[in-house]
Amino acid sequence: MASASTITAEREHYLNADYGFRSWLLTTDHKRIALLYLISITFFFFIGGFFALLIRLELLTPQGDLVQADTYNKLFSMHGQVMIFFFLIPAVPAVLGNFLVPMMIGAKDLAFPRINLLSWYLFIVGGGVMLYTILTGGVDTGWTFYVPLSTAYLGTHVVLAAVSIFIAGFSSILTGLNFIVTIHRMRAPGMTWGRMPLFLWSNYATAIIQVLGTPVLAITLALVGLERMFHLGVFNPQLGGDPLLFQHLFWFYSHPAVYIMILPGMGVVSEIIPCFSRKRVFGYEFVALASIGIAVLGFLVWAHHMFVAGISVYSAMVFSFFSYLVAVPSAIKVFNWTATMYKGKIYYSTPMLYAMGFIGLFTMGGMTGLFLASLGVDVHVTDTYFVVAHFHYIMVGGMVMAYLAGMHFWWPKITGRMYPEAWGKLAALTIFIGFNLTFFPQFILGWTGMPRRYHAYTPEFQVLNVLSTAGSTVLAVGYLLPMVYFLWSLRYGKEAGDNPWGAAGLEWKTASPPPTYNFEETPVVTWEAYNYDELPEEVPVVG
Amino acid sequence: MFPNFPIWPARAATSASNLDALFIFLLLVTGMVTIMIFILVTLFALRYRHDQVEKATPIMGSLALETTWSLVPFGIFLIFFVWGAVIYFGERTAPADSMDVYVVAKQWMWKLEHADGQREINELHVPVDRDVKLIMTSQDVIHSFFVPAFRLKQDVLPGRYTTLWFHAIRPGTYHLFCAEYCGTQHSGMIGSIIVLNPADYEAWLSGGGGEGSLASTGQKLFQQLGCGSCHRSDTQGRGPNLVGVFGKPVLLEDGRTVTADENYIRESILNPGAKIVAGFKNIMPSFQGVVNEEQLLSLIAYVKSLQGSQPGGVVSNRPPVPQVSAKPRVK
Repeated sequence: MASASTITAEREHYLNADYGFRSWLLTTDHKRIALLYLISITFFFFIGGFFALLIRLELLTPQGDLVQADTYNKLFSMHGQVMIFFFLIPAVPAVLGNFLVPMMIGAKDLAFPRINLLSWYLFIVGGGVMLYTILTGGVDTGWTFYVPLSTAYLGTHVVLAAVSIFIAGFSSILTGLNFIVTIHRMRAPGMTWGRMPLFLWSNYATAIIQVLGTPVLAITLALVGLERMFHLGVFNPQLGGDPLLFQHLFWFYSHPAVYIMILPGMGVVSEIIPCFSRKRVFGYEFVALASIGIAVLGFLVWAHHMFVAGISVYSAMVFSFFSYLVAVPSAIKVFNWTATMYKGKIYYSTPMLYAMGFIGLFTMGGMTGLFLASLGVDVHVTDTYFVVAHFHYIMVGGMVMAYLAGMHFWWPKITGRMYPEAWGKLAALTIFIGFNLTFFPQFILGWTGMPRRYHAYTPEFQVLNVLSTAGSTVLAVGYLLPMVYFLWSLRYGKEAGDNPWGAAGLEWKTASPPPTYNFEETPVVTWEAYNYDELPEEVPVVG
Repeated sequence: MFPNFPIWPARAATSASNLDALFIFLLLVTGMVTIMIFILVTLFALRYRHDQVEKATPIMGSLALETTWSLVPFGIFLIFFVWGAVIYFGERTAPADSMDVYVVAKQWMWKLEHADGQREINELHVPVDRDVKLIMTSQDVIHSFFVPAFRLKQDVLPGRYTTLWFHAIRPGTYHLFCAEYCGTQHSGMIGSIIVLNPADYEAWLSGGGGEGSLASTGQKLFQQLGCGSCHRSDTQGRGPNLVGVFGKPVLLEDGRTVTADENYIRESILNPGAKIVAGFKNIMPSFQGVVNEEQLLSLIAYVKSLQGSQPGGVVSNRPPVPQVSAKPRVK
């Protein structure tokens, strides 16, 4: 961050307005907080990715020979906890959302700038506890903390891990709260709900889930801690508890949490596809309302994680039905993005490549979700690698692709510099290939019966596991590339200018990097979102 | 180097054949739509590449299209839903005259016990073409009984029974996996389901040899524990008569009716005061900690075996059930 401040000497902007650690650690500027988050989650992403690579290396051979069983169990547990709570959930909202939500509505900052800083500190405290947990021996509960295994049988740092996630959860709640209030109260004159960029709609929908769902996770983890430490009999049948109660509470948050992770990514893609098709998004209202539909219906499907857990046949049918219902708004989005490209003027920029990759991979993730929503099929493939592949198609193929799309799209705005376009395309292609090579074989593994969370496996599964491990190394290279050239571009990247993509959206109407208060004067909005027919036809920087 | 490279699991039970049909249908439909989206995205990207087009054509949207691509997928989803639910319902409704096998899971092994006394560890021998019902519980954490060749999976919980049934159609040896993460040796908690021809199964039965059937073990335990002094086979006992009770509705003291299934009998042994049979007092002591999971199963097998040796008079007229309906004890 310090090096970024050397970018533009003359004009004052949020990066050079002030110097020194204090000006960063006590900042209430949403853009600086976004960068604090960016650095933090990037750190956790590479920790989680390191665990993933070790998992893949262990699975190269059927025998459990690289690490011991307990170590392996810790690796997948910490991979899941780090990636979900310290990367995926904060990724788009806390980095891109923090940076963009106020700018996109023409505001100077979020509604509660100090609460915004508090949310980052909570994230850091939670993350610190997670690091301490990892460094002092780790935890092997899976990311799901299933009882009574977690409360009565494991000897690892279960309570510490729960405390870490408990704290980080409040950071997520505060971000959500801030977005809701900001979007309701701080829109610039003329920025009606119907003119808001879809990124805001999807972050708004996400914020609703963060605020309503996360407290349930906090309560559940607190009960796990109380049962483990004080033998409060809530979940463990030996103490008179009910282990299925835990699963209901856990998934009541953790299924909607999936939408916390994917909805903001959908918002990113909804910005990029119109920009590089030079067209208004097809069916704006439907894409916007689909976000809200997903947020609401997403709260009614949690027990589809429990079809073989011992719930009644009839409740399983209800949850299966709702799971199909929630798939409809996602389908609507995919069709609208595709239709947006029709009769457009399409530029193959790096963000657009990621966005098109997103459509493909998210579609595959969604389609395989239809298998899992079907009761009979779920019985066979749940808790196998089919599920692992499915949610990685959504979380990595979908969300991480969208996150990288957004990082490339708004990098010029954030830093004032262009990343190298050719390297960007190469990285996008590498990630797409590496991703599919890693995770597609896992669909077949799961269908043929390989259970997830297996340290050792029966030999017939080896070929597909070797393919998957090979893919993961390609994927790792793909993720390192942007890391390198983004840093490189801070010093050597071309000056971006205010609006290198010729994009609609208020954030492009101010300087890059933006001044501390975003706009010299409060903008007045008199146009619809994505008014690309009124903007230049060419994208200046893409050949 | 690699013995094989399966892309389809063995199909060894009726449940597997049912599911595969649905799976193939899903593959075809979702595959077609996915390929359609891929083709459209690629086609648009090529056809409307920026240097092929003068200017983008502004299009706001289309209500007709939005309606179509909301309702048509939803209609297709309904087919997936109903078909999947029908299969699930069938998988979860065991035929009446199935052969019972009792399963106790623990970290990290499967203990299986046949009704006529054979005990196995991590192996289950079953005859082909018979309905087999598993009655499962766990001694510690949650496990999951998963047989890919049958396309069946059911979590196994501590403190209660879950069930699973199958009808094997092809002799052979098939994987049994634990599918719910259960601690250190989770991936070592695997075994085999060995489906045998009837003749082989008979041979296996006579070769093994237990100390009598599970029900007879249960009967001995029933006597040892003195259960019979209250649960007498007449109407004079301080506890309900257990003959013919299993599987029947039982009227409780508080007016509710429950079915006397495995979970109810288990609860009545471990926590007798929870559901008192109408007409009896809460006088039975708990046997929590006195009997282990396997002994519990033998007691249940014994109660089950007490069918019909007495005329159904007492229990079979259930709707208005007379006060004596059935069984739990009474503490």
